[in-house]
Amino acid sequence: MSNKKCLCGHENPFGTILCEQCGRPQTDEAKKSKLVDMRYEGSARRSQTYKRSIIDRVWNFFSSVKVGISIIVAVLVTSAFGTLFPQKLYVPAVTDADIAAYYERLYGFPGVLYYELGFYDMYNSWWFITLIGMLGTSIIIASFDRVIPLYKSLKKQRTKRHVSFMSRQRIYGIGSVNDTDVSLGKAEKKLKELRYNVKIEDGAILAEKGRFSRWGPYVNHTGLIIFLFGVLLRGLPGFYVDETLWLREGEMRAIPGAPGFYIENQDFMIELYSKEEDEVFGDAIDRVGAIVKNYQTDVTLYKEAEDALLGQSDKLEFVKDYSIIVNKPLNFEGYNVFQMDYRLDELKSMTFHLTEKSTDRSFGEFTVDLTNPEPTYELEEGARVELKDYFPDYDGIEDGEPKTKSPVPNNPAFIFKMVTSDKPEGEMSFVAIQQTLETEVNDYKVSFVSADTRDISGLTVRKDKTLYILLLGGIIFMIGVSQGSYWNHRRIWIQKGEGNELLLAGHTNKNWFSLRKELDQVRDYANLPQYEDREDTESFEQQNGDNS
Amino acid sequence: MELASLSANLLLISFVAYFVATLFFGGAVKGTKSEASYKSNRWGKIAIVITSIGFVSHVGFFITRWIVSGHAPVSNMFEFITAFAMMLVGAFILLFYLYRTPSLGLFALPIAIIIIAYASMFPRDIAPLIPALQSYWLTVHVITAALGEAILAISAIAGLVYLLKNVDLTKKSKQRFWLESIIFTLILVFGFVLSSTTFTITGYEAKFSFIDKNDNPAQIVYNYPPLFGMNEYESLTPDTMKPFAEMPAIVNAKTLTTFVWSLLVGIVLYLIIRIILRRPVATMLQPFAKKANSKLMDEIGYRAVLIGFPVFTLGALIFAMIWAHEAWSRFWGWDPKEVWALITWLFYAAFLHLRLSRGWEGEKSAWLAVIGFIIIMFNLLAVNLIIAGLHSYA
Repeated sequence: MSNKKCLCGHENPFGTILCEQCGRPQTDEAKKSKLVDMRYEGSARRSQTYKRSIIDRVWNFFSSVKVGISIIVAVLVTSAFGTLFPQKLYVPAVTDADIAAYYERLYGFPGVLYYELGFYDMYNSWWFITLIGMLGTSIIIASFDRVIPLYKSLKKQRTKRHVSFMSRQRIYGIGSVNDTDVSLGKAEKKLKELRYNVKIEDGAILAEKGRFSRWGPYVNHTGLIIFLFGVLLRGLPGFYVDETLWLREGEMRAIPGAPGFYIENQDFMIELYSKEEDEVFGDAIDRVGAIVKNYQTDVTLYKEAEDALLGQSDKLEFVKDYSIIVNKPLNFEGYNVFQMDYRLDELKSMTFHLTEKSTDRSFGEFTVDLTNPEPTYELEEGARVELKDYFPDYDGIEDGEPKTKSPVPNNPAFIFKMVTSDKPEGEMSFVAIQQTLETEVNDYKVSFVSADTRDISGLTVRKDKTLYILLLGGIIFMIGVSQGSYWNHRRIWIQKGEGNELLLAGHTNKNWFSLRKELDQVRDYANLPQYEDREDTESFEQQNGDNS
Repeated sequence: MELASLSANLLLISFVAYFVATLFFGGAVKGTKSEASYKSNRWGKIAIVITSIGFVSHVGFFITRWIVSGHAPVSNMFEFITAFAMMLVGAFILLFYLYRTPSLGLFALPIAIIIIAYASMFPRDIAPLIPALQSYWLTVHVITAALGEAILAISAIAGLVYLLKNVDLTKKSKQRFWLESIIFTLILVFGFVLSSTTFTITGYEAKFSFIDKNDNPAQIVYNYPPLFGMNEYESLTPDTMKPFAEMPAIVNAKTLTTFVWSLLVGIVLYLIIRIILRRPVATMLQPFAKKANSKLMDEIGYRAVLIGFPVFTLGALIFAMIWAHEAWSRFWGWDPKEVWALITWLFYAAFLHLRLSRGWEGEKSAWLAVIGFIIIMFNLLAVNLIIAGLHSYA
C-alpha cells in the first residue's frame, strides 16, 4: 500500500491511474487503452483502493454510483406505486376500519391488497424512509470518495504533460508548423482572449477555464444533504406543529399547538365570480357553473397576559385583527394559520313556539342554542318548556332510545316537556326535523318556527422551524447544480514535440462541440496542426468528403 | 373581448408559421450533403426566421391572453399546454443558435404543432382563478416548471433524431419495435385531434346522470358517442347511442370513451399508412434524420438536460414547495402531481449519473431522453386527467 514513483519522479498514492503531475498512465490497463478515462483525473480513490475491512466494504458499497443509481431508481419506482390509489391523507375517513373499507369499496381486491401491504401510507413506511436514508448515505460517501482526490490532482497537475497522456486524449493533433515559438505565442494570446487561464512552462501551454464547475456536483450534494437533514429534524418535538381547527362564526378558541394564543372568528365569507362583474369569464362560468372567487375568515388574535397562569383565558390581550385568505396565512411568532376549508350554514339555533292544538293559542316563542342549550325556557302565562334530552345529530332509534351520530348539530332532535297551567305535570314530546312523536295524545305542541345558521371555517395551524434549513439546502443545491451545468471545465494542452512538431490535446467535462469551436479559433489564428475528435468520426469524415 | 380574439388569432398565426418553417427546415436538410455544410444554408436561415416570427406571435398570444384574463395564462390544460409548446419552440431557437442544426428543427416544430393541436382540444374559454391559484407563485412556479420541461423535451427530440438515424430499421429488433411505438403514439395524438375535431364540428352531445364515487348524483356531457357509461348512468339525451358497458365509480367513463375513440382512429390511421408503405412507419421518417450528426445530437440532448434540469428543479420542486407551503400549509404532501414531479427529477438525476459515471452516451442516452419526455407527459396528462389530485384544475 505504499506510494508509487512515476518515471517523472513524482510519488503517486497507491491506486493512481494517471500520474498526478505528468499524466503518464500508471496501470497496465491504462497503458493499453487508446483513450484515457479522464473521470476524476485518474486519481486514486479510496473505494477503488481498499477492499479489506467491513468499513471498506460499506464505504465501497455506498460510494458506488451504480448503487446510488439503483437507490434512485428504487425510490422512483416505489414513489410511482404510491400514486396508484390515493394515499391515506387524501381518504375521507378517520378510523382504520373506515379507511380499509374505503379502499375495498372503490378499488376492490387491488384496493384491499394496497391497504394490507401498507401502500396506503407508503411514504411514511419504515422501508421507504430507509431508502431515503440510504440515498443520503450514498450521496455523502460517494461525494467524499471523489472530491478529495479530484481536488488534489487538479491542484497538482503540471503544465507539461507526457506524450503518452496527450496522445490518449479524445481531442488530439500532432503536426509540423513553421515556427513553434510564434505559434505558441499566438495561441497564448488567443486563449487569453477566450478567457482561459494560461500557464506556460518549458515550451508547453496549459490553458484552463471553468475548473470551478467541477465542484458543482459536490456543492449540490451538500445542498441535498442539508435538505434531508432538515426533513429529519421535523421528527424532533418542538420543531414542527400541525393541527387543524374548526372555528364557528362568533366562536373563540385556544389555538392548538400554540399555547397561550386564542383566536376568534368574527366573520366567514365566501364570494363567487359573477358574469356581470367578470365579463371575460362568462363562457367559463356558463360551462362549469359557479366558481368560487374568494373565501376568508376575519379573525382576532389574542394572547394570554404575561402574568396569567397557563390556560387562564379570562386575561387576554388583543394582538391583531386579520383576514385569513387562501394563500395569505395569519403569521405570528413562527406560527402560521391557514385558511383550508369551510362548511356553510351549520345550524346555530332553532326557534319554536308552544301552542294549544285545539285553539292555536300561542304561549310565545323560545330559541334553543344548539351548541349550548338551556334546560328550561320560560314562556307567557306561566307556561314553560323543559328540555329533557337533546340529540344534536339524530340518527334514528335504536333499542327504543334515540341515537346521536356526533356532537355536531347536523340533524338536531329534542325531547321536550311542555308544562302549562292546564297540565302542571307536563306532557312529553319528541321533536325532530319534520317529525313529531308523542307517547300519548297531547293537548299542546311545540312547533318549529325558524332556524339560524352560521358558517364554520376550517383552519390549519403550522409551525415549522426547519423551513429555513430546507430553504438553505435548496439554495445551495441550486448554486451547485447551476455551477455544474452552466459552466464547463475545459483544458487545452499545446506543447513542442520533436523538431518543428507541435502537439495539441483538449479535454472538457462536457459539450465537446463548444470546445472544438474555441479550439478551431485558436488553431486558425495560431496555425496549429489539425486535430481530430476521436469519438466523432462522422464530422471529420464529412469534412473530408466535403473538401474533396 | 376584441383582445381575446386577437389572442386566438396570434396563436393561429404561430401555428401556421411553425408549419411553414418545418417545410423550410426540410428544404435545408434536403439541400445539403451533410451536417457540416448546414451553416451557410439559405433554406435554414429562412426557416429560423419564420420560426422566430411564429414564436413572437406565440408570445403575443400569451401576453394578450394574460392582459385579458388578468392572470398568467397557465391556469388550465389549454393554457398550460400552449405555453409549454411556446417554450419548446423558444428552447429550440436557443439551441439552434448554439449548434445551427436544421435536423433538430425538422422534428421539433412538428412536435410543437402536434402539442398545440392537442391543447386546442381542451376548453379554450378564459376561466377565472379559484382561491388556491390566486397568488403570484402561480406565475413564477408554473412558468418556470413549464420552461424546464420544455427544455428537457428538446433533449427527447434530439434523442429521437439520434435513434431514427442510428437504429437499424431493416431488421426486426427491440429498438425498432419501440421506435415504431413512439411514432405510433404520435399518430395516436393525431387520431385524438382528428376525432375530437370531427365530433365537435358535428356538435355531438350526450348527457347522462350518474352516481359519483362519493355516492352523490352528478351529470356529465359526452362529446363522443358513448362507448362506456358512468357508474349507474341514465341517459338524459334521447336518441343517442347506448354505452356498451357500465364502469365502476372510480373510472371516468367519459375519459375512457374519448381515449378508446382516439385509439381506434389512431389504429385505423396507422394501419392505412402501414398498408400503403408496407414497412414500419419509422422508415418513412428515417431519411429526414439521416444527415444529422450523431455526436452532435447526443451533445444537444445532453446539453438540453443540463440546461433544463436546474430550471425544472427550481420551478417544479423549489418554487412548488414554497407555494405549497403558502397555499396548502405544507411544502410537500405526496400529492400525485408532486410525486410525479419528484419522479421526473429523480429520473433525470439518474440520467445524469448514468451518463457521467457509467458512460451511458449515444443510443442509451437517447432512449433515456425519450423516456424522460414520456414521464413528463404522463405527469401532465395522466396525472391531471386520470389520477386526479389537488392539481386537477382543468
